[in-house]
Amino acid sequence: MALAKRIIPCLDVDNGRVVKGVNFVGIRDAGDPVEIAKRYNEQGADEITFLDITATHEGRDTTVHTVEQIASEVFIPLTVGGGIRTIEDIRTMLNAGADKVSINSAAVHNPEFVRQASERFGAQCIVVAIDAKRVSADGEPGRWEIFTHGGRKPTGIDAVAWAVKMAEYGAGEILLTSMDRDGTKNGFDLGVTRAISDAVPVPVIASGGVGNLQHLVDGVKEGRADAVLAASIFHFGEHSVPEAKAFMQHQGVEVRL
Amino acid sequence: MSTNRIAVIDYGMGNLHSVASALEHVAPEAEVTISSERSVIEQADRVIFPGVGAIRDCMAEIRRSGFDALVPEVIASGKPVLGICVGMQALMSHSEENGGVECLAQLEGNVRFFGNDLHDEQGEHLKVPHMGWNQVEQQFAHPLWQGIDNGSRFYFVHSYYVIAAEKAVKAKDVAEVAGRCHYGLDFDVALSNNNLFAVQFHPEKSHTAGLQLLKNFVHWDGQV
Repeated sequence: MALAKRIIPCLDVDNGRVVKGVNFVGIRDAGDPVEIAKRYNEQGADEITFLDITATHEGRDTTVHTVEQIASEVFIPLTVGGGIRTIEDIRTMLNAGADKVSINSAAVHNPEFVRQASERFGAQCIVVAIDAKRVSADGEPGRWEIFTHGGRKPTGIDAVAWAVKMAEYGAGEILLTSMDRDGTKNGFDLGVTRAISDAVPVPVIASGGVGNLQHLVDGVKEGRADAVLAASIFHFGEHSVPEAKAFMQHQGVEVRL
Repeated sequence: MSTNRIAVIDYGMGNLHSVASALEHVAPEAEVTISSERSVIEQADRVIFPGVGAIRDCMAEIRRSGFDALVPEVIASGKPVLGICVGMQALMSHSEENGGVECLAQLEGNVRFFGNDLHDEQGEHLKVPHMGWNQVEQQFAHPLWQGIDNGSRFYFVHSYYVIAAEKAVKAKDVAEVAGRCHYGLDFDVALSNNNLFAVQFHPEKSHTAGLQLLKNFVHWDGQV
C-alpha cells in the first residue's frame, strides 16, 4: 500500500482549443478541451492540467468558461495555469472550479506573490511552474536556469535554488518543465528532475519531452518525480492513459488502476 | 417524496464549487446550497462541513461566523453530516498546526504534522504534503462504504493527519475509525460517530470511488 505516482494529461489551450507546439512554436490543433478532459477523466487520469496560452483578453474570458465546463464534469483535481498574475486571477480560476493554480512568470517577477497566494488560499492549491533550461556544457556537472515567456527569456536564476525557494515561500507542488525537451519526444531531462526532486520537500511533476511510455517510467524511477505530465502522446491517440498505467505498473511503478 | 436538501457550509475558506458540483452530479434531484446562513443549514436534510487551508484561519472563521455553536447543534440534531479534509480536522479535539489550535471536539482525537523526516519502509524520503491517490482500508461495513471496494484509492492533499483517541470504553463522542491509510505511518482517514462521518480525503475529487461515497451520503439515513 503506497501513494500512487500520478499521470497528468496536459491541455495547452489557446482561444478555447487544445493545441500542442514543438519547443513552444509550431501549433497543431488537438480539439475541444471539454471533450478531451472528459475523455481523460473517464480513462482514469489522476489529474488534469490546463495551461492557458491565450494572449488576448477575450480569450481569457473563454478560458474561464471552459474551466467551468470542465469542472462541472470532471471529478479529479484540475490545475489551471497561464497568465496567473494576481490574487484576483487565482480567485477567478478557483471560483470557476479549478482546484489548483499554476504560477510561472509572476513568481519570477515577484516571489512575494507566491507567499501571499499560499497564505491566502493554502499551499495545497499553489503550484509553481518552473521552465528550466540546461546552461552547463556537455561533460560539466548539470546546471539549469529559469527561463520565462515560454522559454524565450533567460533570468540567470539557478533552477534548483529557485525550486527550493519557491517551496519555502509556500508552493505546495513544483511543475518542472525542461525547455530543452519540451515537444521533442526525447524524454524528460532526468538530471534537472532528479536534482529538484531531491532538493525540495514538496511533490514534483516532471514535464517536457515525453515521447513514449518508458519515458514516464524513467521520470519516476530516475527523475524521482511524484507525477508525470504529458500532452501529445495522449492527445493524438498514440497511447491511452490505461495503457500508460499498465506499462508503468509492469515496470514496478505504483499507479492507480 | 420531499426534496432532499443538502447544505454545504460556507465559512469563507476555499472553493466549495467542487463539492457542490459533485453532489449535483450524483443527486440531480437534490437541492444543493452553498450557504453561511443558519436557517438554511438548520433546515437542510443533510449537511457537508468542508475546509481547506490552515486550521488557525479555519477555526477563526468558524468562530467568527458562529459555526462553533451551530455545527455541534446540527450534529446533535441527528441529521447526516459529512466532514471533509480540514472540516474533519476541525471536528477533532486539537490540532498541532499553527503552534496548536483548539478545535470543535466533536470527535475525540488529535491532528498531527507528518514531519519533515517521513520515510517509507525502504528508507525513501516521503514528500509532505501527502498529495495524490492513496488506498483506504475500510475498518467495518459502514453504509457510506457501500459499493466501494476495500482498498480503493482516494485523492488526498494534507500535511497534518488525524489520530482518533484510543477508545478504552466505547462512549458517545468517541469516534470509531471507519478507514485507515498508510504514508510513512498509519493514520485515520475516516471516522464515524452515529450520524457524523468525516473523511480526510476529497471524495469530490476522487472520481468513481469518491462519487460513490457522496452518492451513499445523499441517500444515508444517518444510522450506522
